This record gives sequence, structure tokens and C-alpha cells, in this order.
Amino acid sequence: MSTPATKGIVEPAPAAAAPKARWRWRDSDILASFLSSKVTVLSAIVSVLLIGGSLLAPLVAPTNPFDPATVDLMDSLMPPRWVEGGDPRFLLGTDNQGRDLYSAILYGMRVSLIIGLAGVAIAAVLGIGLGLFAGWVGGRVDAFVMRVADVQLTFPAILIALLIDGVVHGIVGNAQRENTAFAVLILSIGLSFWVQYARTVRGSTMVEKNKDYVQAARLIGIPAPLILLKHVLPNVIGPVLVILTINIALAVITEATLSFLGVGLPPTQPSLGTLIRIGNDFLFSGEWWIVAFPGLTLAAFVLAVNLVGDWLRDALNPKLR
Amino acid sequence: MLAFILRRLLQSVVVMITVGLIAFSMFRFVGDPVNQVVSLDTPREQREQIRKAMGLDDPVPIQFLNYMKRAAQLDFGISYQFRTPVTTLIGERMPATLELAFAAAFLALAVGIPMGVYTALRRHSVLSSFFMTVSLVGVSLPTFLIAILLRYVFSVQLGWLPSFGRGEVVNLGYWTTGLLTLSGLKALILPAITLGLFQMTLIMRLVRAEMLEVLRTDYIRFARARGLRTRSIHFGHALKNTLVPVITITGLQLGSIIAFALITEYVFQWPGMGVLFLGAVQNVDIPIMAAYLMLIAFMFVTINLIVDLLYSVVDPRLRTSMRAAT
Repeated sequence: MSTPATKGIVEPAPAAAAPKARWRWRDSDILASFLSSKVTVLSAIVSVLLIGGSLLAPLVAPTNPFDPATVDLMDSLMPPRWVEGGDPRFLLGTDNQGRDLYSAILYGMRVSLIIGLAGVAIAAVLGIGLGLFAGWVGGRVDAFVMRVADVQLTFPAILIALLIDGVVHGIVGNAQRENTAFAVLILSIGLSFWVQYARTVRGSTMVEKNKDYVQAARLIGIPAPLILLKHVLPNVIGPVLVILTINIALAVITEATLSFLGVGLPPTQPSLGTLIRIGNDFLFSGEWWIVAFPGLTLAAFVLAVNLVGDWLRDALNPKLR
Repeated sequence: MLAFILRRLLQSVVVMITVGLIAFSMFRFVGDPVNQVVSLDTPREQREQIRKAMGLDDPVPIQFLNYMKRAAQLDFGISYQFRTPVTTLIGERMPATLELAFAAAFLALAVGIPMGVYTALRRHSVLSSFFMTVSLVGVSLPTFLIAILLRYVFSVQLGWLPSFGRGEVVNLGYWTTGLLTLSGLKALILPAITLGLFQMTLIMRLVRAEMLEVLRTDYIRFARARGLRTRSIHFGHALKNTLVPVITITGLQLGSIIAFALITEYVFQWPGMGVLFLGAVQNVDIPIMAAYLMLIAFMFVTINLIVDLLYSVVDPRLRTSMRAAT
């Protein structure tokens, strides 16, 4: 990416990044802008903590909430440790099945995150692929892909995900719901988020394909797929990265919402949304902790990732520097 | 101008046909429609008879044509769950959803615009940064979390407002309204806030950005130079020009408010279309799903069309560029 195009906007590296001389100018510039914003650093720390904690859940969590052997129904609905009646074994209390809420949140976050990441990955690959293809080929193919995108864009992602969920369950049958829930969620998210990538990539591809370097590559006979992957893609990927970060938060929200509405993961494989759904039923009887802690975790994660994404958008936009 | 309208109309029709195709293929190919009307011990011949009567023997394109014809007459078939026509089911629940959606949109405008104007005019005041922080949280928090929070604080803890349902409703022929009774209005408050909060933050940010932009333009500077009162510059000259994009965005958002209402409806057990659709997804009730899909698509397309046309009416500058485009 150290093409001449980026040189003009580069400023001298600030002192903070000076010792790492082998870094490219561009990177250290971004690092400095990152360190100068306290909110961004804080949100990055929160994101990393939450992502790390959830990915390492089997190591960090005191119990495994998926393993029925470790769960005792006698422990159900215990309040958090610091509240009267709390049990020292359960830091954040337990849910209606006696699962340790702290562990359940870590594992649930992991499930939410994996589904979100996998869904966004499908969306990105599909969207970037279609965008490159449509932008490169142009003509009718382009018109067709973009009309499909337009039609889909008129519906909110959550509606599309719900529809896909309903249709897939109609095809495979309701009995299979427990086994297919995971895959269906990933598919729903993937198919409802691709439009943004396709539009962005298609737009930049149409600009890039007329530039000299692409023409030169075509002239010396490099096959089109190779040009697209090796030359065009690196030049259109910048804005995609920003969409990617923001979409991860959105995908996690979508998963949580679907699970909360009861069409996502079943209570046997709780995600954050499922936990909130369970907790919502107990809100009226005063067991506030079952909904409060998963809710807080979700809110903190989404807010943190959004803030990092906001910063990234500004940092990658040379006009704003 | 006429060419523009016609082209936009044609585009809308194409979108509706595409959505209709999706709805039709869901209806036709997800499960066997015959199985949904007969019982397990219906003899084979009778099944074939029903199949013929339902027109499932015809070539697929003709079936699609018939489906679209019926859809245009608002006949979406019979719900698998309730054994009643889908149109009746949706018709019963539509007033609840529309009242909720319009209340939310009204709230978003009534609070969002003043907040946006304030944050633009007093950019560095404490209250402004407070509003901006709140709006960031409002954008980030998932709708269902806001709903749970409001419900917990105002219904469970304080007991001020009902936590579910629509309260007493008054029947006005085809339309049942909750706006005429005290309990109906009380029941509307929390769901409307939940649904409107996201739109409110959106409108606030939009008004602020537009206002800042307009305040920098020459005609505002000229107005200042003429010595007009600040108040009349801000509200007479600047605000008027920021409202055009605000109206469009609100119009476009109205569709997604109606669609997003299903989360709010679910938490507050609001008897609207969203809850109906959600139940249909859980029970694979395809006729309801297909009808809801077409209905939402129709609303989006209509709103988009109206907004596009309004644009050219409100902003004369766009008319010339449109003529150039066609």
C-alpha cells in the first residue's frame, strides 16, 4: 500500500512512534492518532477484553454452562455475590437453571461473537466478490446485481434475517431447529449484510478499472481474476475495513435480537440474546441480574466497537487529517 | 418531469414484482401447500382434487400470475395457524402498529429537531455534549435492551405505566384506536419512546449537521450583515433550509420504523402486525410471512416514491438536474 498515491498526505511521524523506524509512515501516523484519543484507547481496551475473555472462555470461566453435569438446579436464581443471599461461588449470580451467570456470559458472548464474525465474513466475501465482478464486467450483470441490492436495501437487515430463518426452518422442518440454529443464524446475517460491501466495492472498482495500472496489467495479459485480486482489491479495501468493524457490532446486535425474539439459539446453547430473553421473563419477579449483566455486556461491546469503528473511519479518511 | 415520474413508477413496479416473486416462491416451494389444508388421513384422490382446486397443477408462471392477481386484490390466502384469511388478520392488527409507528415518528421529530438546533447553535455548551453522548448511546444500544430497561424502571419499579398491551381501545368501524382512552394513551408512552429513540438521535444528528452547514453559507452571513436579529436568522432562514433533508429522512425512516416495530411490539406484547409476523416465522406460517413481506415492500416503495416526488416539489434546484438526467 506504500504507493505514491499515499505519499502526498503523509506528515512527519510524531515522537511517540519514532523508535519503531521500520514501520511505515502511514502506520505510525495512524498509531499516533489512535493514542491521542483517550476514548478510542478505552474502547479498544474494552473490546479486546471482551473479545479475549469470550474467546478464552473455557480457560477463564469458572464453570462450563454447556455441561449439564456441572449445573445444579438447587443453585438456580441466586443473586450476585455482593447482594444479600448471594453465594460466593457465583460472582454475578445464577439463572433459572442454576448456571453461573458469569460463565454463561463469557460462553454466550463467545457464541454471539462467532456467529457475528462468521456472518460478517460471509457477507464481506459475497459482497466484495459481487462488487468486484459487477464493477469489472459492467453492463447488464452490473445492473442486475445492483437492482437486487436496491430491492434488498429497502428492507431492514433484521427483517431479512427473520425471513431467511423462517424459510430455512420451513425447508428443514422445525424438529431440526436445535441443530441448525447456529448455521441458520450465520446464513441469515451473511445474506442480509452483503449489500453495503457490494455497493462500496463496485463503486471503487469502476473508478479503478480505468486507471493506468489496471490498463497496463491487462495489456501484458494478466488474467482478469488475478488483476482484480492482486491489483484492484488492495486499492478498494480501505472503506470496506470501516464497514467491517461497524458491521461486526451490528451483526452481534442482530444475532442477539433474533435470539431474544426466540428465533435464534435455543436455551441449551445460550448466546447473549438468549440469556437476555431468559432474564426478561424473570424481570417481574425481581431477578434483575439475569437480564442486567448480559445486557450490560452487550451494550458495552457494541458501544466500544462502534467507537473504534468511528475512529477508524476518520483515521483512514485523508481529507479529515 | 412526466418522464421522471413514469420511470420511477416503473422502477417501483419492478421492485414489487421481484418481491412478489420471492413471496410466491416461498409460498409455493416451502413445504406443500396442500398438506397445510388437509388432515393426515385425507385420501389421495381428495388431495389431488384440492391440488387442482388450488390451481397447483397449472404451469408455475401461470400460478405466479394468479398469485399476483390475488395479491393485488389483497387476497393472500389462509393462515396455516389460525385458519382465517391473512388479510383479515393483518387488517385487525394494522391500526395498532400504525398508531405506534406514527407516535414514535412524532416523538422523534418533536424532540429530535429542537435538540439538533440547540446542539448546532451552542456547540460547546455542557448540555450539547451531554446530548451528543446520549445520542451515541441511543444509536449503539439495541432496541430490545432499551425496551427492557424502560419497562423495568417505569412499570416494574415505579409502577407508573402499564408494562404490556394496548390498554382500552375504541372501535371505529375498520379501525380500533387506543388514542381516545386514558389507559390506551398510557400504554402507548413506553413503546413509542422505545421505538422513537433511535430515530430521535438520528434526526438530532442530522439537524445538527445540516444546521452547521447552512450557518456557514453566504446568505446567512449576508443576513447577519444586514443586521437582522439572530433569532430570525436562526429560525426564519437557517432552520427552514435544514428541514428539507429532515423531512425526506423521516419519510424514509417511517418504513423502517414500521418494520422495526416488531421488536418493540414483542417486548411490550403490543397486538400489532410485528407480533403476528414473528409468530408466523416461529410456526412457519408462510402465507402470513409472504403477505407481511409484500406489505412492507409496498410501504417502502410507496414512501420512496412520494419522497422522491416531494423532493422535486420542495427543492426547485433538483428539477433542472432531473431534466438533465432524463
